[in-house]
Amino acid sequence: MPTIVVEVMPKAELLDPQGKAVAGALTRLGKTEFSDVRIGKRFEVTVDRPVDDALLAEVRELAVDMFSNSVIEDVVSVTVAPSAGEA
Amino acid sequence: MRIGVVTFPGSLDDRDAQRAVRTAGATPVALWHGAHDLEGVDAIILPGGFSYGDYLRAGAIASHSPIMAEIIDAAGKGVPVLGICNGFQTLAEARLVPGAHTRNAHQQFIRRDQKLRVENANTAWTNAFDTNDEIIIPMKNADGRFVADAETLKRIEGEGQVVFRYVDVNPNGSLNDIAGVSNERGNVVGLMPHPEHATEPGFGPDTVDAMSSGTDGLRFFESVIATLVR
Repeated sequence: MPTIVVEVMPKAELLDPQGKAVAGALTRLGKTEFSDVRIGKRFEVTVDRPVDDALLAEVRELAVDMFSNSVIEDVVSVTVAPSAGEA
Repeated sequence: MRIGVVTFPGSLDDRDAQRAVRTAGATPVALWHGAHDLEGVDAIILPGGFSYGDYLRAGAIASHSPIMAEIIDAAGKGVPVLGICNGFQTLAEARLVPGAHTRNAHQQFIRRDQKLRVENANTAWTNAFDTNDEIIIPMKNADGRFVADAETLKRIEGEGQVVFRYVDVNPNGSLNDIAGVSNERGNVVGLMPHPEHATEPGFGPDTVDAMSSGTDGLRFFESVIATLVR
């Protein structure tokens, strides 16, 4: 069954406390070449029919209206994942 | 006077809000998230808690509940709506008030008796206060950091939509120390602290006078009763 992948990231100008905590841990491990970490979300939406433009448009709408909050997040991408054997 | 309190899956303080309504002299009405029915209530409270386990974003899934369609409609007609903590997050997710919430800047859950300043005493839920009153209301949350873009902040500061500000300590990194905001009309108010936990002597926040003696929260409920009587 096809899977549509939606990726959401906190807005660049916003503090990302989770990413900051991970970046701090990296520094403590001595991995000084990594200057920043930001953590986002990935949604895998499985559908039980072939993906067409209308369905993709619907998921794009959901990505903006529900999966993300435009005050604090950006939808980075909405893509169809390659099915098994195709990848 | 009947004031509805909505219960979502994961609401914690719905019974406390009902009790506060009764203490203030109105009749609480339990409303259910899954119903398209406000049962003719005069005002609505979205209580605190962790609806849907704070999954996705705090308040996000609750904001898409069936009853929210009726609440958005009622809010547009001027019905007073108060969102407390998770209820505030839900109001923001539903775009009934400006801004949004992220994890507290220090990443930790906090619980403290918090001093607030009333910045706008003209809303449906704050008219029993005077502007610049300082009050103590308990707060307890993990995702309480109020954020909005610079343009929105400027607008709500200018329009008097910042209703409460944290005093002495900014407990969660909220921009401009904002603890609570309203919609343009002032009938919809949301705040992170919990007024329903400051309504009965002996069960409220500590004050300079005595332990657990704070009842500043009662005036939220007295305000809406005064609004509805008018």
